[in-house]
This record gives sequence, structure tokens and C-alpha cells, in this order.
Amino acid sequence: MESDVLVVDDSAAIRKVLQRVLRQTGMAINTIHEAGNGEEALEILKAKSVSLVLTDINMPKMDGLELLAALKRCPEWAGVPVVMITTEGGETKVAEAVRLGAVGYVRKPFTADQIKEKLAGILEPALPI
Amino acid sequence: MNVQTLITNSLRHAVVEVFFTMLSGEVEPGQVTVEQGSPETNDGVVSFIGLAGAWTGTGSITCSPVAACRIASHLLMAEYASVNEDVLDAVAELTNMIIGNVKTDLERHLGSLGLSIPTVVFGRNFRSKSGGAEWIVQPFHWEGEQLLIRLALAKVQKPSGATTPRANACVEL
Repeated sequence: MESDVLVVDDSAAIRKVLQRVLRQTGMAINTIHEAGNGEEALEILKAKSVSLVLTDINMPKMDGLELLAALKRCPEWAGVPVVMITTEGGETKVAEAVRLGAVGYVRKPFTADQIKEKLAGILEPALPI
Repeated sequence: MNVQTLITNSLRHAVVEVFFTMLSGEVEPGQVTVEQGSPETNDGVVSFIGLAGAWTGTGSITCSPVAACRIASHLLMAEYASVNEDVLDAVAELTNMIIGNVKTDLERHLGSLGLSIPTVVFGRNFRSKSGGAEWIVQPFHWEGEQLLIRLALAKVQKPSGATTPRANACVEL
């Protein structure tokens, strides 16, 4: 079954890169939604059902850790897996993300293989044509 | 190892890794210099990102419009002939990744640091200033273009704890 994914990053460039990389992973992905910060992400989630959230941490308005905490507080979204993709590689931020319930963490810069590795077990592989 | 050597080593490692991983490119580091006070006037694209904590300062990337377009072309796999919003966003993200990785590396030695959202300027004949700090300037050569990576970092007298930093540089047009 194909899944919808939500990509959250204040950089439009990184959202475009992730769109391309996600399509290269061979996972069964239908629509990739985009948000520029946590607030925009929550608005999208009110209207769309997604199987995965990939989010940056360092963003204006609502950062990735605040978004993660908001998702885990809401029963409707608490089960949605969240993977952090960020330059914030410090142990404090990583530990905070894990404590809040993130299922994975990818440090920028990233390769397509690193993204694919993190998504294995979360999204299903696409069926061969 | 002194702080300048730490910063220089960290900058070189971060730039090489980011260019290789995100742009499939190889960069050649040049000679490090130290700038006191305001740098000379700038032309082209300059991005700034602030650092704060027990140490505070600013990271910066300066490049020509041609180099900025080329960065965007490699990152986004599309052709960019002139500087537009996509190009500025690509340079901002490159700055975020490079200085963000430097920050993470330096935190092992200098304690927790915060990182601001990057700011990008494109123009001619402008000056930038960052609180009279000393800039470590590391040039890199990439595809016939030069990129200048600058970092100014100074220890604050009283650790400020967890704060949200602002880019400390100001731009004078």
C-alpha cells in the first residue's frame, strides 16, 4: 500500500532534495506533502493522513522538537513515526528527540542510502512493475 | 589545541563533507587568514548564521553569483543562470549545514551552542560587521570559483545558558 509522507523544513531547497531522494528510495510513496515549519505541518496533518513525518529541528515559529511533542500529545497523531533530519547533531538535541518519541535521526548532510536505511521498516517497499 | 586551530580543522572537515555528500564535489582548502574588524566591501552572495551560548559569534559564506548558481544547480539538479530565491535558499541551507556541523563539533570542546536561522544577502558594494570580533577566514576553491567561509567566535564573560541566537552580523548597504 502506498503511503503519504510529510516533509517539514524551512528550506525549500532541502524540501526539494528530500522529494527527489524519497522518490529514489524505492519505497511505496504516494504523495509527499511539504511544510515550512511546525505550525504549517500541524495544519496539513489536520487535513491529510500521513504514514511518516520527516522534520528538521531548527525552524522558525515552531521547531521540530516542538512539533514532535505536539504530535505525541495528540492521540490522533501519536502513532505517526517521526524521523528528525537536521544539522543539530549535538547529543542534547538527539537525546531530547528520542525522549519525545522520534523513531530515527538523520544528520545533514545526508545520502539517499542513509534516508532509505531509516525508512526501512517504516514504509513498505514499492511493488515491482 | 587552541580555538583557532579547532575552528579551522572543523571548518575544513565540514565543508569537504557537505560538498562531497550534497553537491558531489571536491573542494580545495586555501590559506587561512585572520581579519580584524570589518571586512572589505563585498560583492555577490553572503550568508550569515548566528551562534550563541558560552561562546557567541557568526558564521558566514561569501561567494560569487556564479558560484551561488552552481551550488543551487548541483543541490537541486536544475539549471540556474541568475540568482533567484531558489539560489539564495540553496546557499542558506549550505551555510546551515556547514556551520551547523562545525557547531556540533565545537560543542565537544566549548559546551552547548545554539544556532540561528540563516540570512542571505545578494548585492554589490556592501559591508558587513560583527561586533568587532576577529574573523577566521578559510578560502576554498571549487570548480574554478572561490568561496570564503568566515567564523567569528568569542567567549562570553558570563555563560548565558540556552538562548536562541540571532545572526550577530549587520549589513551596511
